Amino acid sequence: MSIFVNENTKVIVQGLTGGQGKYHGLRNRDYGTNVVAGVTPGKGGQDVEGIPIFDSVADAVAATGADASFVAVPPKAAPAAILEAAAAGVSFVVCITEGIPAQDEARVFNTLLADYPNTRLLGPNCPGIISPGKCNIGITAGEIALPPSAEGPNVGIVSRSGTLTYQALYELKQKSIGVSTCVGIGGDPVPGTNFIDCLSEFQADPDTHAIIMIGEIGGSAEEEAADFIKANVTKPMSAYIAGVTAPAGKKMGHAGAIVSGGKGTAQGKMDALAEAGVKIGLNPTEAGELMAEIVANLS
Amino acid sequence: MDLFEYQGKQYFARFDIPVSPGDKADTVEEALAAAEAAGYPVVVKAQVQVGGRGKAGGIKLADNADEVRTHAGNILGMDIKGHVVKRLWVEHASDIEDEYYASFSLDRAAKKHLLMLSAQGGVEIEAVAESDPDAIVKLHIDPVVGLDAATARQAAVDAKIPEKALDGTAEILVKLYRCFSEGDCDLAEINPLILKPTGEVHALDAKVTLDANALFRHPEWAEYAETEELDERERLAKTHDLQYIGLDGTVGIIANGAGLAMSTLDVVNQVGGSAANFLDIGGGANADVMAAALEVINFDQNVSSIFINIFGGITRGEEVAKGIVEALGRVDLRAPIVIRLDGTNAEEGRQILADAGIPESKLRSEPTMLDAARAAVALAKN
Repeated sequence: MSIFVNENTKVIVQGLTGGQGKYHGLRNRDYGTNVVAGVTPGKGGQDVEGIPIFDSVADAVAATGADASFVAVPPKAAPAAILEAAAAGVSFVVCITEGIPAQDEARVFNTLLADYPNTRLLGPNCPGIISPGKCNIGITAGEIALPPSAEGPNVGIVSRSGTLTYQALYELKQKSIGVSTCVGIGGDPVPGTNFIDCLSEFQADPDTHAIIMIGEIGGSAEEEAADFIKANVTKPMSAYIAGVTAPAGKKMGHAGAIVSGGKGTAQGKMDALAEAGVKIGLNPTEAGELMAEIVANLS
Repeated sequence: MDLFEYQGKQYFARFDIPVSPGDKADTVEEALAAAEAAGYPVVVKAQVQVGGRGKAGGIKLADNADEVRTHAGNILGMDIKGHVVKRLWVEHASDIEDEYYASFSLDRAAKKHLLMLSAQGGVEIEAVAESDPDAIVKLHIDPVVGLDAATARQAAVDAKIPEKALDGTAEILVKLYRCFSEGDCDLAEINPLILKPTGEVHALDAKVTLDANALFRHPEWAEYAETEELDERERLAKTHDLQYIGLDGTVGIIANGAGLAMSTLDVVNQVGGSAANFLDIGGGANADVMAAALEVINFDQNVSSIFINIFGGITRGEEVAKGIVEALGRVDLRAPIVIRLDGTNAEEGRQILADAGIPESKLRSEPTMLDAARAAVALAKN
């Protein structure tokens, strides 16, 4: 099994006629993802390499039965695109867009919460989700992920950072460890899906046997995850937190990666996770090695 | 993007938040003119983005032109915790009967807006939170619903703001909330929010942090970008549109992805070195971006070695390697490079680097992040 997506997930791409949407949407299809439609207002009736384009998400859903959407439109248009997908009944929306104002993100998050509780948003500013061998929505290079083995053990990955996610996938592949699902929750201040949402799904997923978590400075999502892990997660975990040496008060590339008022430090997060029984690597490689030990003990 | 006090006050004024009449001044003469216009007595305030200005002697009261001349002359050029004062704000001095605190920010855990309000102002709110946490009212606001006048007034009552200041405070809270949400602030803070003997409430200070992601709908922010406190390296990086933050160490860092770049600083630190900068060149490491990155790193005189840390995802190793070789042809570097190239087609990429005929004293390749960090730190120490 996998979490959030599987081989039956039908995906539309909002912005399939644009540069990013076309590039990644077609790559996702080449990987084997069921990319059933694209949406671009005013371009309904056209197609992108055989994928039909519709004027609205509602039209695309009505024609194809799509249940997931990949939002690849610029920051100005992304909030409306996410809400359009939710209003059309799409249950899983992945938004890779970087640079959405935090005020818009907060409004979108709370609108979904109040009006569209059945829609899950992943992102914005995230690499997306890959369930190796089944479904890849977003910008992850599918070939660096090893599909899960039937006998296991398989690892679930949840991360705030794109490249560190790839790094984790790659290290596991080199150690011949399969991945059930890899979720990039993104580096923005108001992510639609957080660590706890993913940990809770991984804990319930029979094909996930261990979990790697990759966090970074800023906010308190890792500390909240640590509390959740203590109470609810029985599967073994390793983690890495980026930004030990980041200066306070600076946004380190990601809008959400900032230590402010002495809060959100890497050390505080590592301490909280270690106390919850998570094995902490001091660099991504170490987190991968710790996971290899965990997996060896599970086999 | 942090604003200076004077910019924050000007930003407040756009949302009708009352502030003292005043003007910015870059010279003693300008300070005198600003003082005349505002009316004596005036306060002369250093414009630096660091706390503790008052204690450092950067805020002075002046009753007449002579005093303005003295204080402005002393404060301009003053070094406050490493920030050199280049600009003053001169405003009419206010009579203060009482001081409060008000701020709006985003509570990331609750995913709601957060009002913090206290009848104890003029001191650091962190200190109040420590000594008397009950003195701070915290109110979550749904960003979709917003803040109305009645709710704002109730918050002021809950914060034990005195009766005579209630209406004025509530009115300012509603305006400050508009400034925060419509004005795309990460933080909008007034400390102190003052009550004058006349019964008026107004903002005596302004701390505003703008969300750079909202720049596309605020063309008026362009002027703030010009005064942003950047060092020369950061300014150069900005002209190249690079995500760069200057640091104090000796190992120049180039990585693709914010997470990997942060991680690279950590690993350098872990093996006993220190990074000269944070620099994320994003997903595509083509020759143009790489050349610009190397130019900025090369500009930093403290850099003794350069660590390029690339993980090829969609961008393949051979494309990255070609970009680096081409960039090296364009920039004449002082410091040697250690590169760690991993991920998709990394082997092919390393082969291209090896075949490029670049002497090992200038460029060497290491298989892992940790090995590369060790090599870069060793080179930096020699």
